[in-house]
Amino acid sequence: MISGTFHTSYRSDMALRRTWLERLRLGLFIAFILAFPFLVGKKPYPLFLMNQIGIATIGAIGLNILVGYTGQISLGQGAFMAVGAYTAGILTARFGVPWWLTIPIAALFTAAVGALFGIPSLRLKGLYLAIATLAAQEIIIWVVTHWDAVTGGVDALVVPAPMIGSLRMNTDFRFYWIIWALAGLTALLTANLFRTRYGRAFIAIRDQDIAAEVMGVNVFAYKLLAFAVSSFFVGVTGALIAHYRGIVTWERFTIDVSVLYLAMIIIGGLGSISGSLFGAAFMTLLPAFLTNLGRSLRGVFPAMDEFIPYLQQASFGLVIILFLILEPEGLKKIWDDIKNYFALWPFSY
Amino acid sequence: MDTFIQLTLTGLTNGIILALAALGFVLIYKASDVINFAQGEFLMIGAYMLYAAIVQIGLPWSLGVVVTLLVAVLLGVLVERLVLRPLIGEPIISVIMATIGLSSLLQALVRMIWGSQPKAFPAFIPSTPVNILGATIGADRLWAIAIAVVMMLLFAFFFQRSREGIAMRAVADDQQAAMSMGISVKKVFAWAWSIAAMTAAIAGALVANIIGVGPHLSHFGLRVFPVVILGGLDSIPGAIIGGIIIGLLEAYVGGYIGGGLNQVISFIVLVVILMVRPYGLFGQEIIERV
Repeated sequence: MISGTFHTSYRSDMALRRTWLERLRLGLFIAFILAFPFLVGKKPYPLFLMNQIGIATIGAIGLNILVGYTGQISLGQGAFMAVGAYTAGILTARFGVPWWLTIPIAALFTAAVGALFGIPSLRLKGLYLAIATLAAQEIIIWVVTHWDAVTGGVDALVVPAPMIGSLRMNTDFRFYWIIWALAGLTALLTANLFRTRYGRAFIAIRDQDIAAEVMGVNVFAYKLLAFAVSSFFVGVTGALIAHYRGIVTWERFTIDVSVLYLAMIIIGGLGSISGSLFGAAFMTLLPAFLTNLGRSLRGVFPAMDEFIPYLQQASFGLVIILFLILEPEGLKKIWDDIKNYFALWPFSY
Repeated sequence: MDTFIQLTLTGLTNGIILALAALGFVLIYKASDVINFAQGEFLMIGAYMLYAAIVQIGLPWSLGVVVTLLVAVLLGVLVERLVLRPLIGEPIISVIMATIGLSSLLQALVRMIWGSQPKAFPAFIPSTPVNILGATIGADRLWAIAIAVVMMLLFAFFFQRSREGIAMRAVADDQQAAMSMGISVKKVFAWAWSIAAMTAAIAGALVANIIGVGPHLSHFGLRVFPVVILGGLDSIPGAIIGGIIIGLLEAYVGGYIGGGLNQVISFIVLVVILMVRPYGLFGQEIIERV
């Protein structure tokens, strides 16, 4: 039984994983990720779901940097993702840029667009900023659907398959490694970001912007930076979607996507990397679970098929409301509670 | 000139209906500082209720309207009691997300009951074309303007004269002071939500009469944002004037410039207003420098 964590050196005090138990859990998780494709025998459906979770995790971490850590509400996630997806798609399809190079380019371009639409945060916060980003969402998607010469308008943009040598990479099994490598990198970068002055400035702005300003944090510059960093990862998500699916359409990036990602970080846990992962997994698996449930009930209720989309939509709304009322700190809090229970077991109360 | 009058009339009707939808939105914000992302769904449910009462159950018009309004009140009170009250004192993002979740839930329920196909609304107001200054406009649109204006006058009367209206203004002004004067803030919140749902239902019925009943009616929920920001989030006259301005603007841009710009012009205006004058034309000015 551990009565507490006592560090005897700065090195151990500042480590990302401070106890052997934390390191063990991380090791187990990484081992699981590495073994997963083989555990499921390379079957496409579980791999597809896992890839969805990986892509969503990157996007959720990106949004969490902005909303959870810096406290700036954004409803523009879907549109920023569209910027990333279209940048990557257009560069590959029209200009023949190698696909792996389009991912960082798309991320940087999305970061620039994100910072541009972060400018209203100079004057606005809370509710008003949420509405401003909602407008950004609508305006960007309008531009995407009406700028035919560049984006192809409402028609789908076909992206050539990503190749390494003669290997086509966007199969479920091969892309799995790309997605989860990038997800791991994103998590590592973000965890380290909040150990630097930049990350701490973000948190200071979230907790009390006036106090942060008094302490010498340039609030405006750091808010823009938060928008840029957040959009960077969102751009990665968009680029990955473009290459994985091989097709980019505006319908994948509507306001519903912004809401979905906000739901992920709220259900997972605001201001937490593992929370982003939990939320991404939960919001990806819930509709999949309902679809399978509906299919298996088809024999009992023949009308089930047309009911499934409504059921997904209803449970989406219901889950958000229930989490907000019953567990506002999300799955992360539940996970922490479990850990704390066992930390003092059998004397926990 | 004819086009101009035509566009003005169309814009005016759209604007008035937008204003009616925005009215409930502003009311909720004023009373309880909550942004209601489910306002569009309230509007949609109102239209569907009227449809159900009249077409599916076969009630006469007058009774159908009464039933619709009663259901709207019930919906408003339930939402306030079950979703918003547990979240009092929570951060803004929680409240925003709760109403977004609510909109998703209501949308799904409506689709489960009535399906996702739009339905023709039995025209309870004749749509015979009327000639005004050389432009033709459906009589239903004129009626919509008239009904909306009557509604707004009733509103003004309610807020100026009735006991509940005055209590509501007091709560909007200062919750603690109102509470210490013996006003039940909880009751006022319930009032605000039920009145908002009622105006939304009326707006929904008016729109449905023009474009039919369908899940697409909930799009009005997003179109309300430019209106309320332009007019000022906490200003009722602002919602009305903002609605008319946005309605006219969309009509003129659609008529003279085209290219689909009318779908997005209001959001561009919204961003500009937020940058220049976040409190809108008539909103209360709150200055905070960081």
